[in-house]
This record gives sequence, structure tokens and C-alpha cells, in this order.
Amino acid sequence: MSDAHFTYVLRLGDNALVLGQRLSEWCGHSPFLEEDIAMANTALDLIGRARMLYSHAGRLEGRGRDEDALAYLRDEREFGNFLMCELPNGDYGFTLVRQYLLDVYHRHLYAALTESRDDELAAIAAKAVKEAAYHARRSGDWVLRLGDGTAESNARCQAALDELWGYTAELFTPDAVDSAMLEAGVAPDLATLRTRWEADVLARLAEAGLTVPADDWQAEGGRAGRHTEHMGRLLAELQFVQRAYPGQQW
Amino acid sequence: MATPAPHDEQARFDAVIAADEKIEPRDWMPEKYRRNLVRQISQHAHSEVVGQLPEGNWITRAPSLRRKAILLAKVQDEAGHGLYLYSAAETLGTSREEMLDDLLEGRAKYASIFNYPTLSWADVGAIGWLVDGAAIVNQISLCRTSYGPYARAMVRICKEESFHQRQGYEIMQTLAQGSPEQQAMAQDALDRWWWPTLMMFGPHDADSAHTQQSMQWKIKRQSNDELRQKFVDQTVEQAARIGLTIPDPELRWNEARGHYDFGEIDWDEFQRVLGGNGPCNRSRMRDRRRAHEDGAWVREAMLAHAEKHNRRAAGAAA
Ligand SMILES: [Fe+2]
Ligand SMILES: [Fe+2]
Repeated sequence: MSDAHFTYVLRLGDNALVLGQRLSEWCGHSPFLEEDIAMANTALDLIGRARMLYSHAGRLEGRGRDEDALAYLRDEREFGNFLMCELPNGDYGFTLVRQYLLDVYHRHLYAALTESRDDELAAIAAKAVKEAAYHARRSGDWVLRLGDGTAESNARCQAALDELWGYTAELFTPDAVDSAMLEAGVAPDLATLRTRWEADVLARLAEAGLTVPADDWQAEGGRAGRHTEHMGRLLAELQFVQRAYPGQQW
Repeated sequence: MATPAPHDEQARFDAVIAADEKIEPRDWMPEKYRRNLVRQISQHAHSEVVGQLPEGNWITRAPSLRRKAILLAKVQDEAGHGLYLYSAAETLGTSREEMLDDLLEGRAKYASIFNYPTLSWADVGAIGWLVDGAAIVNQISLCRTSYGPYARAMVRICKEESFHQRQGYEIMQTLAQGSPEQQAMAQDALDRWWWPTLMMFGPHDADSAHTQQSMQWKIKRQSNDELRQKFVDQTVEQAARIGLTIPDPELRWNEARGHYDFGEIDWDEFQRVLGGNGPCNRSRMRDRRRAHEDGAWVREAMLAHAEKHNRRAAGAAA
């Protein structure tokens, strides 16, 4: 096992945890009751995924860190999630457009990871890909409804897309960890992933009457632990109890 | 076929109630029975929905990923209970929109217990243990209620509630066995939630506006005081088992009655919270209204898309 392998799995866990944390903030506040349930359900899938990935990462690392040590006792600079995951929820349109972009990514990513040479990761991916396919169907339906719905809903989703698009470059830009894992047969090729992702996303956005913004800016740094200013607050909330009362059972 | 005379209908209704059978949506029922049920079931549904808020307050701060997942699943269950109950109430001819309007405009009530704040992680344990525990006592009794759809919703809901109660108790047990700070947290939560939980069963039987009629119609099967006693009896022993102290100096076993005696509820507080002046009444209603208002454009877009979609489909078919 290499540091890169640990880091690769850990970062997948970070994406799941941080996005799940954001979604769970909708609980009781969404537009109607069925959506409260759906949001909680998606958040629950993501938290479950984070737990499996962290447990696996902890075993790869071999220093006795369990899922909670990895979730609660690392600082901002040690988190390697995509910046998109940590952005505040915004309105329901922003949350769902982000969710769609990431759900499609995860569907293709985890489909590819079922073939990983890391058997444990492949087993986690087999579960995750089913959930991600369901999530992508749901968020994709919402993008269509909201893009096509009213002038207001279209404008809100377009604004969300304009804001989010610059954060998508990071999803497909390999760093040293990705390259090492590709070579080791653990991780898929991000260029192939991008082709698949774009085929789905561009078609759906067009169908929904949404325009892909110009690639005039790109935000990145999440995987290197250079986050937005929102991340520190997200972690302060997430980690508060463990940090205030160290070393206890809960 | 001629419509039977009302007295025949009334006689049939009375006979079904007397025989402990169920009234179903298409059966004739007295208008007051219908109104009483809509009030009770919708109030119950609203409670499930508003009940997401105090516990939701701790989802983002749950102290372990396992606890976070369990709490998310619980809050999701509660929203699901809201859905079953709205559906049960809709069988009586009142739409979910009407019920929701009644809630948002302050005409309908929800359980006052959710007007208390969740101040520490232990409160999540206390709610599961005590509030879900009290809900079960009430709902087990309602599994035998005379209106079929309500009774069936209760059977389904009770299974999940007992799961919630066990998980809440497990949180309290873990804290009670933990560090001195955790023990204090657990005791503080019990101190704050005990009396409001006893208030969940409502006024004394003698003072309850709806009890007598509801008992005759077998909507309610046991009185407020009977249910409250049952809850106290089972919970005293659960508290003792994990070394927590129930904040009631008058609590003691009464051999002659075969029940625990307990102190008097602060009925002024009960009335105050019921009347809208509990610690969180305003913020709970503000949150619900804001969610509804902020979601308006989403609901409009959904309808607009469905209409366009249907028109396109019709156009394509023509
Ligand atoms: Fe419930
Ligand atoms: Fe419950």
C-alpha cells in the first residue's frame, strides 16, 4: 500500500462526507415533504458511502485511524474533497444543479471503480454505483423540471450553473495521486470519465434549456487541501462535539 | 337505489362502533366525527413534520458518523410518518394543502413538545427515549382507533417509533456511562425534557375538551391520565437502569395502586406553550413558513413543467 492509495480512497470519502453534510442541512427546510425525505435519503447514502471509504482508508493507512478519526479529527488542510461539495447550499436550484453535476460524475466514477484492482474499493463501488445511478436520475429529473419550468426557475438554475461550472474542471484534472492510482489499476482514467460525463450532462442541460457557460475561469485546490472559506465553518460544525469533548464514546 | 334515511346511517355507524369494527372512508359518518378526526390526524401529521426541526438541529453536529446516519434515518422516518398521516386525513375529504394552510396560518396545532429547544447532543437521546417513548404509548392505543386508515397508519408507524425509542435510550445509556461531562449532559437533558414529555398526554381527563366524545366514538381508546400513568411506570425503571434521576421529588411507588405516584404538571407552562409562547413556537413556525415560501418557485416550476410536458405529449399524439 502506498500513501497515494490511502489518499485516493480518503479523498473519495471526503467528497461523500462533505456533500452529505451539506444535503443534510435541508432536512425539514425543503420545498415540500417528499423532498425532505428525498434529501435525507440522499444524504444518508452519502454518509454511508463516506463511512465505508474511511474505514477502508484507515485500514490501508494502518495507523489505527477509524472512520470517526478521519472524519472528525483532521483539519481543513487535510481534507481533499472537491471545492464544489463544500459550497453553501444556496437555493434549491443551486443544490440540485450541483447535485446533478456530481451525481453523474459519481455514477461513471463508481461504475469504473467496480473494476478496480483494489477489491475492497471495487466492492464499495458496486454499492455506490447503484445509489449514484438513482441519485443522478432524480437530480437529472429536477434539472429538467426546473430548467424547463418557469422563467424564474430557468433563471435560477442558469445562475447556479454559471456559478458552478468553473468548479467542474477540478473533477477531471489528474494530480500525482490520480496518475499513480491509474497506473496501479486502482483508479480509472479521468479523460474517459470526462467524455462520459459530458455526453450525459451536455445533453440534459440542453434539454432543460440551460446554456453551458464559457470556460473562462476555473477554481481548483480542493484535493490539495486549499479550500474555500466555507470549509472551515462546515468542519467547525461537523466536528464540534468530538473536539469539545475529546476521546469519548458517543 | 334510494339513499337510506339518516337515522339508518346513524344506526349502522353506531353498530360498527359498538362492535369494535372499523369505519372506512366511504362509510357514512357523523359530520362531527369526521371533523374531530381531521383535527386529530392532521395535528398528528403536523407534529411529525415540525418534529424534524429540533432533531434536525443536531444532524450536522452528530458526534460520530454512525450517530449521524441513525439520526438522519430517524428524521427521514418522521417525515414519512407525516406523509402517511396526511394521506389518512385526506381520505376524510380534506386536502393536504388545506391542512398545510391551517398549520402555516396558525389555525392548526402540533405537539407542543417541539416548541422546546435542543441544546446539547443529549437532547437527541432524550427526545428519542422520552418523546418517541411517549408517542408509542399513545400510538399503540391508537392502533385500535375506530377509523380504519388511521388505525392502519398507526400500526405501521409504531414499529418505527419503537426503533427510535431504543436508539434514543442507547444514546442516553452511552452518555450516562461516559465522562462526568457526558453524564451531566444526559441528566440535564432529562431534567429539561421530563415535564414537557408528561404534558404530551394533554390535560387531566376532567379538563380535556375532546376526551369524552372521542372515547365514545372510540377514536381515543384510553384517557390522557391512563396513558400518562403507563408512560411514567415504564420510564421510571428505564431511568433507574442507567443511573439517571427523574426530576420529580414526589415520584414514588404506590403499592396500593400498583403504579408510581408523581408530582403535578405545571399547567401554566402547559397553557403558555400551547398558546404560542413556548421557547421555540415562533422560530418553528418561522422555519416552516420560510421553507414553504422559499419553495414556492420550485413547486410552480414543477407544475409548469408538467403542463408543458403534457401539452407536448398531446401535440405529438395529435
Ligand atoms: Fe413519528
Ligand atoms: Fe419517531
